[in-house]
Amino acid sequence: MSQADQILTANRLRDGEVVYWSRGQWVTALDAAEVFEDDATAKAALKGADASVQDRTVVNPYLFEVRVEAGVLRPVKEREIIRAAGPSVRLDLGKQSTEAFDVSL
Amino acid sequence: MPDGRSIYDRKTQTAPGSTSMPLIKDGAFAEDHFQAVADDAPLPANGTIVSLARFKKDRESLLARNAPLGVRLQSSESPEALGDDVHRLSVVVLEFPKFRDGRAFSWARMLRTRLGFKGEIRAAGHFLYDQLAFMTRVGFDAFEVRENFTEAEFARAMGEMTYVYQPSADGRPTIRDLRAHAHS
Amino acid sequence: MYRYDEFDARFVADRVAQFRYQVERRLSGELTEDEFKPLRLMNGLYLQLHAYMLRIAVPYGTLAPKQLRMLAHIARKYDKGYGHFTTRQNIQFNWIKLVDVPDVLADLATVEMHAIQTSGNCIRNVTADHFAGAARDEIEDPRILAEIVRQWSSLHPEFSFLPRKFKIAVSGSEHDRAAVKFHDVGIEIVKNGKGETGYRVYAGGGMGRTPYIGHVVGDFVEKKDILAFLEAVMRVYNQSGRRDNIYKARIKILVNALGAEEMRRQVMREFEEIKASGTLEVPAEEVANIARYFAPPAFEALSDEAPEYEAARASNEAFRAWTDTNVARHRAPGYAIATISLKPIGGVPGDATHEQLDALAHLLDEFGMAELRVSHEQNLVLPHVRRKDLPAVFAKLEALGLATPNAGLVTDIIACPGLDYCDLANARSIPIAQKISERFADLARQHDIGELKIKISGCINACGHHHAGHIGVLGVDKKGVEYYQLQLGGSGAEDASIGEILGPAFGQHEIVDAVEGVIDVYLERRENDERFLDTVRRLGLEPFKERAYAGWAFHI
Repeated sequence: MSQADQILTANRLRDGEVVYWSRGQWVTALDAAEVFEDDATAKAALKGADASVQDRTVVNPYLFEVRVEAGVLRPVKEREIIRAAGPSVRLDLGKQSTEAFDVSL
Repeated sequence: MPDGRSIYDRKTQTAPGSTSMPLIKDGAFAEDHFQAVADDAPLPANGTIVSLARFKKDRESLLARNAPLGVRLQSSESPEALGDDVHRLSVVVLEFPKFRDGRAFSWARMLRTRLGFKGEIRAAGHFLYDQLAFMTRVGFDAFEVRENFTEAEFARAMGEMTYVYQPSADGRPTIRDLRAHAHS
Repeated sequence: MYRYDEFDARFVADRVAQFRYQVERRLSGELTEDEFKPLRLMNGLYLQLHAYMLRIAVPYGTLAPKQLRMLAHIARKYDKGYGHFTTRQNIQFNWIKLVDVPDVLADLATVEMHAIQTSGNCIRNVTADHFAGAARDEIEDPRILAEIVRQWSSLHPEFSFLPRKFKIAVSGSEHDRAAVKFHDVGIEIVKNGKGETGYRVYAGGGMGRTPYIGHVVGDFVEKKDILAFLEAVMRVYNQSGRRDNIYKARIKILVNALGAEEMRRQVMREFEEIKASGTLEVPAEEVANIARYFAPPAFEALSDEAPEYEAARASNEAFRAWTDTNVARHRAPGYAIATISLKPIGGVPGDATHEQLDALAHLLDEFGMAELRVSHEQNLVLPHVRRKDLPAVFAKLEALGLATPNAGLVTDIIACPGLDYCDLANARSIPIAQKISERFADLARQHDIGELKIKISGCINACGHHHAGHIGVLGVDKKGVEYYQLQLGGSGAEDASIGEILGPAFGQHEIVDAVEGVIDVYLERRENDERFLDTVRRLGLEPFKERAYAGWAFHI
């Protein structure tokens, strides 16, 4: 059982945008996401995401691990780093290109 | 617009012995003259649908009955297993364990074309509205559908594609046929 | 190229309406994601890492100017200004919104395009030699058959829910530029002893987790019988292909399990029945009607000697370099086949901006060219260029950044989108391609190395065709970190072979050195005019392995 920090993510149904769960709503920036420090809470949130699937807000919710490195929230897996930022080969596209993006990621 | 349910009822699954689901035959709701029975259940008086396993086991007695008979095939069971007996059946039910399992499309086509089966080919299980037109083309003429499915939806499914490119069991004119006609 | 008649047009329009209704039902909840997914895949719509990706069909890789303009329009209006050409001659847009797709499809329909069956467990885009109609060694234009197969396979009622995807490729020349032996069904146009043209049909080729080279299941299928034969193959597969394990569901697994003999027997049984019914016979008249669409343009009577061309080669070094690699001989005197490289040094392989797409449409119009081609190597091709026009064409391409003189060279790399874009990927492939490209940027060095096909896939699905690379690279995931497996000796041509893995995977900071190492071994050990592939085949892996892992602490 994982005791690492986790974040709940999904894709928005209508436009495919990557979103993160944050205290009752889905947000688009990783650094605004709610971090679950224990697995039970994380799993409960994942179950709660069923409602967002049922009401056609999102598809495919799942949990992924993050850790804090030098005070910065960072996904453990490369896939989630890229999902949170955008293509590494086009820094002008995706979330990384918007002003609000946390460049320390 | 239906209230969020697909063509099959996701909560209940039709199993032999359960009460029948609504039946659409040749585009309209029809009374189901058959009852599907489990392998160990007693046979009803009238139209009966049994599994292939039961048919093979009780073939003599089933065929000897003076009542219409049907066999329900799982998606892994080819209609060739019925042999010549297929012509003594009133209905063959082809199961879709999940809509992605497309073997029944070939089984239906085989029943019509290779085996020359003229009886009812019925679809049961998990299939989508979006497969109805394909199913009709390969030879299905009856469908077990969810409670609030409508004939209008069925008709709509049939009419979505005006033309077809390739021939199938339904003998429907293809675009090639229409082109030849247009140029004649 | 093929032009829709009223029936084709209605077909595509109906399909757009059908998908629009499917999207409505998804958004209303009548369809769950599980139910909607195969339906949207059959319209080419994936949900990828960042957004939806739409894969638009480019039948046998042929595009007309109006279609290029529409693709540019779609890039601007619905996406982020660029598209990506794939290893199956299609084009992908990476930033599509689900709610926009019906409108995108409606726009595409106005120029006779669609996204039908570019994904899903159905028959996919039929690919063909990108030099079709122009190659000197061509027996017959493969696109005629490809179009006949395209129509027959579109919304086939029996074969839309196959165990897995199904890919068909057609080659019409002695040299196979369509990699037919690596397809589920590959078709070679051949002549029999009587000089009649017919088809040799392979089945069971494929890439992916377990690559296979196809077996011949039909030595010589007559033209009129080809659809009956294909239907027979599809039926055997639909009935007997595995459905319990997606990694064992392709026809290659079935052919391997049954053996080629038994596969042939089952196919022949179906084939004889279908033939007897006559329902799928392709009348000679229909073939002739379709063939008319692919008649070559009226070639002018020109000489191969073109003073403008020679003069430009002598005076313009960049032009000379480009013609050395990117210009191939044409069947008609005075003409040439020009490859437009979409592999600028350090660039993203296969991408094109909306400006480039528009400019290419303009270029085609300006030079009276009716079409261009997409190659499965993620480049574009101008099939019929007058040799005397080459200098002017080159100048236009150069201004657009489309004149990289590297066709077939080490920097002409094939790479799938990989983990930068793709939900299925384990590792990024584009940055590796970029680094290799930059490492070998020097043109003299590239020419010294000569023909070298590097293919990179970001996961086992092998969309980068790494099994068929002279050098193949496969990205793998080891505990969330990207590693790269190196394999050598693959080929997608008529001498088809599957690359062999060299050894343990390399880290992302080691792989480019490893690639350079094996190329160095080739340069040191080659004999006569051997290509890299030839030297690998002659020497075996040992010397390459030794160099690639030199400096690793343990003995391999």
